[in-house]
Amino acid sequence: MLKRSGLKTYGVVAEFDSPDQLISAAKKAREEGYKQIEAYSPFPIHGLSDAAGFKDEKVPWIVFMGAVCGAAFGITLQYYASVIDYPLNVGGKPLFSFPMFFPITYEATILWASFGAVLGMLGLNRLPQPYHGVFNTPNFERASQDKFFLAIEANDKKFDEAETLRFLETMNANNVSLVKESPGADE
Amino acid sequence: MARESLNDVLITGQQTYQSIDNSVGSMSLDPKRHKKNWFVMIGIAFLLLNLFMVSVGWLLYQGVGVWGNNIPTGWAFDIINFVWWIGIGHAGTLISAILLLLKQQWRNSINRFAEAMTLFAVICAAQYPLLHTGRPWVAAYWLLPYPNIMAVWPQFRSPLMWDVFAVSTYATVSILFWFVGLIPDLATLRDKTQNKIGRTVFGFLSLGWRGSMRHWHRYEQAYLLLAGLSTPLVLSVHTIVSYDFAMSVVPGWNITVFPPYFVAGAVFAGFAMVLLLALPVRAWYGLRDLITMRHIDWMCKIMLATGLIVAYGYILEAFYGWYSGNPDEWSLLNWRFFGPYNWAYWSLIFCNCIAPQVLWSPKARQSIPVVFTVSIIVSIGMWLERFVIIPMSLMRNYLPGSDRMYYPTIIDFTMFFGTIGLFFFLMWLFIRFLPVINMFEMKDLLYKLGKTPPAPAEKEKAGVGAE
Repeated sequence: MLKRSGLKTYGVVAEFDSPDQLISAAKKAREEGYKQIEAYSPFPIHGLSDAAGFKDEKVPWIVFMGAVCGAAFGITLQYYASVIDYPLNVGGKPLFSFPMFFPITYEATILWASFGAVLGMLGLNRLPQPYHGVFNTPNFERASQDKFFLAIEANDKKFDEAETLRFLETMNANNVSLVKESPGADE
Repeated sequence: MARESLNDVLITGQQTYQSIDNSVGSMSLDPKRHKKNWFVMIGIAFLLLNLFMVSVGWLLYQGVGVWGNNIPTGWAFDIINFVWWIGIGHAGTLISAILLLLKQQWRNSINRFAEAMTLFAVICAAQYPLLHTGRPWVAAYWLLPYPNIMAVWPQFRSPLMWDVFAVSTYATVSILFWFVGLIPDLATLRDKTQNKIGRTVFGFLSLGWRGSMRHWHRYEQAYLLLAGLSTPLVLSVHTIVSYDFAMSVVPGWNITVFPPYFVAGAVFAGFAMVLLLALPVRAWYGLRDLITMRHIDWMCKIMLATGLIVAYGYILEAFYGWYSGNPDEWSLLNWRFFGPYNWAYWSLIFCNCIAPQVLWSPKARQSIPVVFTVSIIVSIGMWLERFVIIPMSLMRNYLPGSDRMYYPTIIDFTMFFGTIGLFFFLMWLFIRFLPVINMFEMKDLLYKLGKTPPAPAEKEKAGVGAE
């Protein structure tokens, strides 16, 4: 695999003022045939993923697997401790007293599933990631405040610096720019 | 004087995305937003925190004998305060998780500090189970299951072990939920701050969040699932706390109504605490446009509703005492109504059942002083409830010969007020350094309410064509 060098292009990024503009721009880009569309916004926008053709259902599955593992962990821990390793007769109760083991199994299920949700989300999003090419976009600090950005990434098959730049400029954006992977690359 | 008008709008005033960032974000970034009030409040909290540390030091030096606990009253302030604090935490999770699942958009203004409140209340609660062991440094092997050289394991059939798992899971999931909610706002602060240290710290904490569509997509899935997981969790935590009592055979404890009525009581006390925090913060920091009278109105209504469930619990407790036909239950009931601590019982009835009824009146719900006073009364009432349930039931036993009065000591009180100091100290630090209102959710709400800012004429063309 090619190592990312400073000269590589991240893509072309356009800046918009409103979520609606961003959604319609994402739709147009998709209709134009672009596949590697990415959008940046200060808050989640419903319909944006659909507009850009992105779908991902992995997180719920990770959470489910977390829940299954958590339940298995909870019940195994208690079974091993109370039946195998340290069998202790308490008031004549059976060693494997499932109703009494239920609460801890339940809590362990929720704990593991929650870790699944958080770590799954961060892992799939490749976070923490302190540096990313898109941070070189002019005015990008506003992406977490009040501006909306649409990027067509350089790894798209249809990507062509001049062509894509021209395409995004037709969309009434505030600003369209070609963004490099590292800040010094355009000199 | 303090009556504000009520309207149906969740965000009032002329707001834009930028103005929300400014009114909330600048609380973390601009020290000038914090005036005398902040210093006075954190000063008082700091003094109480010191009181707490001194009391804990004395407790560890002398042992738990410095408390008023005796036999048969082996559980007293330690468990009262534990249950009180953990209950307060529950409102935070209710607001952040259950109201999210119910699509109650008004939660967006209050969920952040309600979650912070949960976290700090759980920290306060956790002090007691640790300290009541007398030697918290060895509590780890009494409480946590790990393979040890003594080859013993904790007793998993005991509700106290369930409690360890429930509370530690609750604390962990609350931290995760809170932190996940903070990530996008930390990124906003990273991008807004002019300060190099601030940028480094917020940059580190925001994990390089860049608000990409793919990030948001998975973020929302994870957040919703966390809410879905927290909902049964929060219900289970106070249920399990109530099992500590209900699974035993102590008169006054062995009742099936405990789990639902504990959960309702937790939410009741928690909303009182949310109001106690929200009212000064919105007044002192000019957040009246984001936490409106509508929010306060709804919180009062939830308090009223859960208060009625709690009142129903008290009625059922009395009913079971009579209907069980058990002489010990019956004598306990008489002890509550007419015994030496009956003032605690009747004050509890006043605080939790009578005083909140004033909230039926819309005028009362719009009056800040009334709401504030009722919240304080409810907080006291819920503390008294635990006093009535815990030591008052233990003082009386099956054998009249072992009955003994319980009197709290000064250290009991200093530790209790000390944890209040710990709680408010953490809370005011949070108000100083982190965004108290969820900024991205407020922007989302602003967008959804159709109040998108008018397309600005000043399209900044600066920086175009750097290539």
